[in-house]
Amino acid sequence: MSVAEGSAAPAALGPRAQAAGSANAIAELVEATKRYGAVTALDRVSLRAMPGEVLAVLGPNGAGKTTAVSLMLGLARPTSGQVRLFGADPRSAGSRMRIGAMLQVSGVPATLTVREHLTAFATYYPAPLGVDEAIAIAGLEGVANRLYGKLSGGQQQRLHFALAMIGNPDALFLDEPTTGLDAASRRAFWNHVREYLGGKRSVILTTHYLEEADALADKVAVLDHGKVVAYGTPTEVKARAAGRKVSAVTRLSATEAAALAGVRSVERSGAVLTLLSSDADATVRALLKADPEASGLEVTGAGLEEAFLSLTGRTEA
Amino acid sequence: MTTSTPTPTGVTDAASSITQAPRRNMLRLYVTEARFEFLKLLRLPGYSVSVLAFPVMFYVLFGALFGGYAVQGISAAKYMVVGYSAAGVLAASLFGFGVGVASERGQGWLRLKRVSPMPPLAYFFAKVVMALLFSTIVVVVLTALGAWLQGVRFEVGAWLRMYGALMLGVFPFASLGLAFGYLFGPNSAPMVLNLVYTPAAFASGLWIPLTVMPPVLQRVAEFLPTYHFAQFALSQAGAEPVGSGLTHVLVLAVTTAVCLALAVWAYFRDEGKTYG
Repeated sequence: MSVAEGSAAPAALGPRAQAAGSANAIAELVEATKRYGAVTALDRVSLRAMPGEVLAVLGPNGAGKTTAVSLMLGLARPTSGQVRLFGADPRSAGSRMRIGAMLQVSGVPATLTVREHLTAFATYYPAPLGVDEAIAIAGLEGVANRLYGKLSGGQQQRLHFALAMIGNPDALFLDEPTTGLDAASRRAFWNHVREYLGGKRSVILTTHYLEEADALADKVAVLDHGKVVAYGTPTEVKARAAGRKVSAVTRLSATEAAALAGVRSVERSGAVLTLLSSDADATVRALLKADPEASGLEVTGAGLEEAFLSLTGRTEA
Repeated sequence: MTTSTPTPTGVTDAASSITQAPRRNMLRLYVTEARFEFLKLLRLPGYSVSVLAFPVMFYVLFGALFGGYAVQGISAAKYMVVGYSAAGVLAASLFGFGVGVASERGQGWLRLKRVSPMPPLAYFFAKVVMALLFSTIVVVVLTALGAWLQGVRFEVGAWLRMYGALMLGVFPFASLGLAFGYLFGPNSAPMVLNLVYTPAAFASGLWIPLTVMPPVLQRVAEFLPTYHFAQFALSQAGAEPVGSGLTHVLVLAVTTAVCLALAVWAYFRDEGKTYG
């Protein structure tokens, strides 16, 4: 029996989508749109998670992050466009055996123990981790025989992580995994994720914590109002979005400054003008040309926070 | 294919599932799912007490009151063993599915299950087994209590036929529970189900024989699937049949089909809504 090349690709795929698709992507949205009644949750979004890569889908609440993940997981069907998980339909058992997911759940049945929950989930997969191994990975050794209902919030979250890991997945979906945790638990969770992924697994992470994306992600896709407004490494996104902050004491008005090369937004505080610039070098040259007297010149890198605010248009400027 | 190899570090559980070409052990999957579904509800007093303890308690109370009478050619004590067994089956199925699905859906647990490669059938299989197990416990306990307290005796054949008839009831009422589980949220489902369960059990003569109730109620009862369920079980236990067995079974079959259709409709309605 011969296996045709690309036999897994859906036949209905148009040439454009095919060009955009990738043979070895873990999870992929191609021009995916999802509407709920009059609301467009996702608007022709193309996203791709590659093997061994941590992709963070970053955005404010309601940006469409969970919708994007729901499509990738086959929990919802796109109104138009393509969704593929390991090159196949996300709803196929074959795809689902290779993923683990930590979704936004308010709880799992309270009257089963940590060990019982993991034992049941392990039977769903062809080559699961050992139950004790999963317990160790999630740091639940001391409470393995405790009922879920008697666990602390942090321990419950760790069981959700263990349930995602028990199938020994190639790809891990983490939908806002640290929402509701305190700062210390959040950091501990990031360390856990870094330690146990080690480039071997792919991760699709949604978050509205910029710090989380910065700490974990190889690639960041910024979603806003159902559209991808930026995509790249955290460094690239920072650079492409706001790049740098240029501040100086200048006689230029805010309107004049806004017209300078590379300037995205202007903020005045007293005599100091602060310019968010996508090309700091060009901005500085243009500024000095327009106002040779400008003084107190300062160029600083904008954080992901500023990049995010600038990209999603949520600046006060 | 990936090259990631599982490492069974001293885990007895995982050892059996790891072979040369890893495949799931489907038998183990279904059995494990059913075992934990049963354990889960056994540990939940809200369920196990209302399903197991209430029919037993009511039987002890009302059985003593009406024990001397005869109903449909059998002693009221025997009638009540069958009636409270039927009530137990009804409660186990209706609440096991209804409250179970509503709360697991509300928590997001069902989404997690759907994302996992668990065969969807395993979820329902486990719940059916759970309802059958709880129902069996109720029937066995009530039979033993009836024999001990009031000397109720069954022929082996009659008891087995009655047991079969009672287990048949799991399917229509589990289907009804399933529909309610998808139609109602975790907070309202228990209340709504009680509003169905209590009047239906009462008006169908599960608690007190219909013969001691106003004739109007007896005519209403004929429209209730629970009435046909009870009459079918009673006739198998040796009571004088009321209505034909075929009618009873047909009503239960139609109830199952209608409720399953409703459940499927509610499922898709919910699927569109949950992610809105």
